[in-house]
Parts: sequence; C-alpha cells; structure tokens
Amino acid sequence: MAPVSVFEKDIPAGTREIGVVDALNEALREEMARDENVVLMGEDIGLNWHGAFKVTKNLAEEFGTDRVRDTPISENAIIGCGVGAALTGLHPVCEIMFGDLVTLAMDQIVNQAAKNRFMFGGQASVPLVIRTPFGAGGNYAGHHSSSYEAWFAHVPGLKVVQPSTAFDSKGLLKTAIRDNNPVMFCEHKRCYGQKGPVPEEEYLIPFGVADVKREGDDVTIIATSFMVFQALKAAEILKEEGISAEIIDPRTIRPLDSKTIGNSVKKTGRAIIVHEAVDFGGISGEITKQIIKEAFWYLDAPVTTVAGLDTIVGFSPVFEDGFRPDPNKIAAAAQELIRPA
Amino acid sequence: MDIQSIDPETLLHMYEVAFKIRQFESKVYEVFNLNLIPGTMHLYLGEEAVATGVCGNLTNEDFLTSTHRGHGHCIAKGADVKKMMAELFGRTTGYCHGKGGSMHIADFAVGMLGANGVVGGGIPIAAGAGLTCKLKHPGRVVACFFGDGASNQGANFHEPLNLASVWKLPVIFVCENNLYAMGTPARIACSVQDIAIRATGYNIPYQIVDGMDVVAVYEAAKEAVEYCRAGNGPYFIEAKTYRMKGHSKYDPATYRPEEEVQEWLARDAIQLYRSKLIDDAGFPADQIETIESRVNQEIEDAVTWASEGPQPVIEDALKGVYLEEDN
Repeated sequence: MAPVSVFEKDIPAGTREIGVVDALNEALREEMARDENVVLMGEDIGLNWHGAFKVTKNLAEEFGTDRVRDTPISENAIIGCGVGAALTGLHPVCEIMFGDLVTLAMDQIVNQAAKNRFMFGGQASVPLVIRTPFGAGGNYAGHHSSSYEAWFAHVPGLKVVQPSTAFDSKGLLKTAIRDNNPVMFCEHKRCYGQKGPVPEEEYLIPFGVADVKREGDDVTIIATSFMVFQALKAAEILKEEGISAEIIDPRTIRPLDSKTIGNSVKKTGRAIIVHEAVDFGGISGEITKQIIKEAFWYLDAPVTTVAGLDTIVGFSPVFEDGFRPDPNKIAAAAQELIRPA
Repeated sequence: MDIQSIDPETLLHMYEVAFKIRQFESKVYEVFNLNLIPGTMHLYLGEEAVATGVCGNLTNEDFLTSTHRGHGHCIAKGADVKKMMAELFGRTTGYCHGKGGSMHIADFAVGMLGANGVVGGGIPIAAGAGLTCKLKHPGRVVACFFGDGASNQGANFHEPLNLASVWKLPVIFVCENNLYAMGTPARIACSVQDIAIRATGYNIPYQIVDGMDVVAVYEAAKEAVEYCRAGNGPYFIEAKTYRMKGHSKYDPATYRPEEEVQEWLARDAIQLYRSKLIDDAGFPADQIETIESRVNQEIEDAVTWASEGPQPVIEDALKGVYLEEDN
C-alpha cells in the first residue's frame, strides 16, 4: 500500500470525512493500541465525562482506567506526574482541560519537562504530550479563551504543535505521541467541530513541515490553528476582488518551517501573519523575523499581522467575536497591502 | 528492632555511605573555598543519616527524586563520587557534562532521577515514577526527598500527596525537616511543627524519626518501603535533622541560636552511628577504620579525577536539548 501523503490536498477524492474531535480520538486509540506504554491523564477524561470536549470518548471503556486516568483538579501534579512517568518508561498524554489553566503547571512544563534532558547531560528523555485547547469559542470569557502557544515556542526543549484540520490533527497527534521530547499540542475549541477528509490508512505528519492550504500568487497569508479556516474564507473574498492569496499553515511553530514560508513570500512579495493570540509578543514576531531572513529583498510591502486584539477576551459575544480576526479583517489587510489607499 | 537484628553487611554498607557523604561534602566545602568550583553549593553535612537510612532499604531498581541539597541522596543511591565531583567542577566528565552542576546531578542507571533547583519540584515527578512502578514494575518504590520549606508549596507538595494517595502510588515521601528554609525558621513558616501531620490530611500513614540516627531512619524506612512494595499506597516519613553549615556557600547561618546549633552538633550523625556499630553491634574499630581509609582515598581520587577532566566547549550548549537521531 502506498504511503498516505503528509498533505491533505494529495489524499484521494472520496476519502471519508470526520470531525477534528474524532480524528484526535482515533489518533489516541491507535497509539494506545500500538504502544501499551501510552497512558492518558487528565481531569474528567474517563468513564463519567470523556473529556470536556469528548476527545477521549470511549477510551477508558476500551483500554481500562489504569491507562485512561481521571485525575484530581491538580494541573501541576498532572503534568509533574507525566514528567516522572515519562522519565521512567511510560509515554503519557496529559490533558489540560482549558489552555488558560496550563499556567497552573508552568513549573513542571518549563522548568522540569523542557530542561531535564539538557541539564542531566542527555541521560533523560521526556516523552510527554500535553494536549490542551486554546482559543476563544463558546463565550467562556477570560479564564477559558486565551492562546498562549507563543510562550511555549520560546522555551528550548519543547515542541509546539498547532493543528487546524482533521487530517492534520490526527497525523500530528500520532507523531507527537511517537516523539521522545515534550510536545505542547495546542488544539482550538473552534476547530473541534471542523470536518474534513481523513484516510482510514495509518499516516504520520512530520513536525516542521508547513502545508500550503491554498495556492496563490499575490499575497502570502500565514495562518495558524483556527485562523487557517478564517484565512481560507478571506481568500474567497479576495478572489472576488481578483486577488489570489496563498494560505500557509505552519502546523508546528517549533520547529517552524521557515523555508516554505520564505519561498511563498519570494513568489508573492507580500506577507500577512494571522493568529488568534494577542498581537503584541505573538508568534507573528518570530515569523516576521524568519521572513526578513528568508525573503526580505523580495518584499513589495511591509510584513503585516492580523491578530487578536491587544486585550483580554471578554464575555459578551460582541467582545469575543470582535476579538478574533475574521475573514473580512484578513481580506481588508490583504487589500491594503496590494492597493494602498 | 535493635541494631543487632540488622544484617552486618547492611550496617557496614550504611556506614560507608554515611561516611562517604560526610567526607565528600567536607571536601566540596574545602575545594569550593579554593575557588575551584563555580556557582553555589547546598551541603548535606549533618543530614547524612536520612539519605543513608532510607536508601539502605532500596535497590538500583527503585527510584529517587531529590532536592537542591542532593549530594547525599546521590551517594546513598549509589552514584559515583568521581562523576559527581567532576560535575561540580563543571567538566565534561561529570554526570551532566557540566550542564547541570550541583543542583541537577542525576544518575539514571541507579534510579536517581535528579536533584532539583525548584523547591518541591521533584515531588510531582516522584508521583509519576510511582505510576510507572505501579503499572509496569509492581514491587518497586520511589523515595521522594524534600525539606520543611517544600512542604509549604501548594502545587508541588499538596497536589502530588493527594494524587499519590488516591492512586495508591508506591512513594515514600521523606521530609528532611532541618528547621530552616534558607534563613526562615519553620516555626514562623509552617502551620505545624511536625510536618508529618500534613500527611494525615491525605490519608497517608506517617512516622516521625530522629534524623540524626541512621538506625532509627533505617527502621522507619524499612516499614515504609515494605508497606509501599506491598501495594498499599504511599507512606510519609519526617526526619528531624539539622544542617552543620548554612543554607548555601557563604551563609554563616548567624540566624540560628548558638545554643541550638551546639545542641544539634553534639548529636553528630556519623559519630552516633560509629559508636553504635562499635559499642552495640560489636564491630571492631579497625574494621570501621578500614572503611574510612578506603573512603578517604576515594574522595581524594575523585578530586584529582574531576580536576583533570576537560572543560566543555560552547558548541556543546546547542546539543542535547532535544532527543533526535543526531544527538
């Protein structure tokens, strides 16, 4: 059987379509069946609830409560227990119910998981996956809506994944579970309901390989996580205006595929970076730096960003919807780059 | 249980361990003051009986998590003093190739999962190692060392104690209560002066022992280790102990009343144990002296070996961050 492509656009027409939650669930199920050292830990991931977003549906039933472990509400102990289990031979996948709550486990993520291998002189490995949903979606307000992926991309020793589609979610999670380093697997609440083609055959998606989600000639839009779907809608708006946008989904932000991004910008001469995390200090700064390194002399316009407002996500739908970059804002930014007023 | 019910081999091995910790730390103090070691040091001088007595019940298959004051735990778990000393010297021949230093020495080959620069940082990790024991290697246990100061950490102490209890993880929580967290006395920082009382809140059985007495610690730990090996869940030991020196390198520890210091120094762990071995267990003094000579030579050799090790090069800084096929 030919290997399944690592790019969604190359998979055969007629492939079955499933949602992101089911794709993640399949990845967990397949990896648990493959490797008995894979254990899941998290709040309410087991028999009674199956995870706040149902990603662990039926896994406790299938693999037992020794391997799908409901935890107390103790984020630091969840991750710390994951680190200790990883150091001694298990391959834990820890779920933090909402991305904002990783703050309660920062010591174990940043000081322990990320640093152990280096500071023990290579004796240790920490094969640990931390899954958590970032992003606004559902009007959960300030403690359940933030996007902190850039913090973790700043930490040597961690890998940071941001899947968008169902295809990418499954292939990247399986890769994360086979990686022997700590991986921050950043899901998005608004991606969970997205459906897309996912082959029944097994496949893995390597880290550090961006996916060109749509080809175009006039402007490169680098979009992460849920913003990929917003950018794809923006591309349709721009098409009506006669503007051809290329959409690049980095898929992993550490490692970051600067070459694919740079090559696209060399072709289009214009770059917009779109993420939901607040603008100031976001991963757009790093991507901009990489564009300057790779393609500065090809730029026809300044690199720009469309990102979350520089504030806290508010409760009212007015605040939440207005916080997030939408297709119109992205399209307007592209129009401004191409036809300055 | 009296000393004569412990087998002679274990008794002598524990003396060698305790004495080795004492001599290693004394030598570290000496060479540190000659500016041969960069950074800082947190010496285990005075607390030798705790690591010795607990680890006297462990094998290399068992795991151990440690603290910033970790040299004693390393030696008691079976680490090589040459590679420890080389790490303190920052050389590539050290356990961590000069990347960790005093606060991050680890020896995974003997189950020593690392000292830790974050107070309490090793406690959740011990719970995780306990999960591995429970799921993969029933009968193995984890010894988790920490101090009175760490027992005030919320996420690093209270969360894993609760988790270990509800999951029945085979972890022996060993609180080395040396009465001070840096310069802050436990009497003004801890709501209870017997830290072990906190274990009752997590339904974990405990014992409080004289942390200057190797035999007392050994006996308490024996019961704890047997309890954990049998799959009953975690156990808590509080060892009352004392630092001979200050918290770290140049701390003269003048915040401790002289009377208190003298009272504790009079109960020196090595001298107490040595007397018991000769007077109560009947070992001839020259047998003890043979061990002491051997250890002294080992420590001298360790310093020589460490000082001859190569310095790292800056290119090494980018290696070993990730586990990939190429490094």
